[in-house]
Amino acid sequence: MKVLKIFLIVFLLFGYSQLKSDEKNYELKNKILKNIRCLICQGQSVYDSESDFASSIKLIVNKKIKEGMSEDEVYKFLREKYGDWVIYDPELNKNTYILWLLPLLLFVAGGAIIKKILIFKK
Amino acid sequence: MKNKINLIILLIFLIFCFTIFYKGLDNPNIYTPKTNIQRNLPIFKAKDFITNTNIDSAKVFAKDSYYIVNIWASWCIPCRKEHPLLMELNKNQSIKLVGLNYRDNLNNAMKFINEYGNPYTQILIDKDGTLAIEFGAYGVPETFLIDKNKKIIKKFVGPINKKILEEIKLIVK
Repeated sequence: MKVLKIFLIVFLLFGYSQLKSDEKNYELKNKILKNIRCLICQGQSVYDSESDFASSIKLIVNKKIKEGMSEDEVYKFLREKYGDWVIYDPELNKNTYILWLLPLLLFVAGGAIIKKILIFKK
Repeated sequence: MKNKINLIILLIFLIFCFTIFYKGLDNPNIYTPKTNIQRNLPIFKAKDFITNTNIDSAKVFAKDSYYIVNIWASWCIPCRKEHPLLMELNKNQSIKLVGLNYRDNLNNAMKFINEYGNPYTQILIDKDGTLAIEFGAYGVPETFLIDKNKKIIKKFVGPINKKILEEIKLIVK
């Protein structure tokens, strides 16, 4: 009876951890899919699309997560196949410097102009 | 003097912004994939269409030769259009054709091959489309040219035509 109890506890704990891990993978998969552009759709993420391309990407992302790939590794894998365009959130590299730095530049320049005007008014 | 410097800086900044946005206008807002690529062949395991046995990618691309990977399906109308050109390409001794049967019914695929001919040295089954993703494909038909160093050097999205055929022949010459 005691052995049976121990077995039951171990079994439940194992089942719970497995369930937790599946839930974690499911959340990670959805997070990744929402950040991948469906390249054959108009303005849709892979998560939102039901196209053949999107469903294949969904399968492959699931497979890569199960193989132990991290979020960044999945993005890297897709970037290698389809380029930076496939990810909604582009990484900072020589092709995206302007994209990332221009808003910051505009913000600084705007702030400087406003400051100048305020000083001038005083 | 100070005001003049400020004005010049502002002007330079505006010209800079204008140039960026003006250049952006030239870019098409439809995604156009790069056709000249240099990428390693993916490593994969797939099922052979004829024998229905598992096969490694290393075995598929074992020969010291140029390879064409053509993604096709029996339900794909443009694939029928490009098929005679693939049959012609098959006659070229310095190139081997590998077919990737994409999300297809195997009976229909077999009927397609029986009706239009088999230009491929090997056909792999891609039931769920994930193998095509490993190659970086968008759909069907799509064709990849692989050089002797086992690198994907060209990608042709859509059906191949006479011009593409000549381009491939020129590269593998």
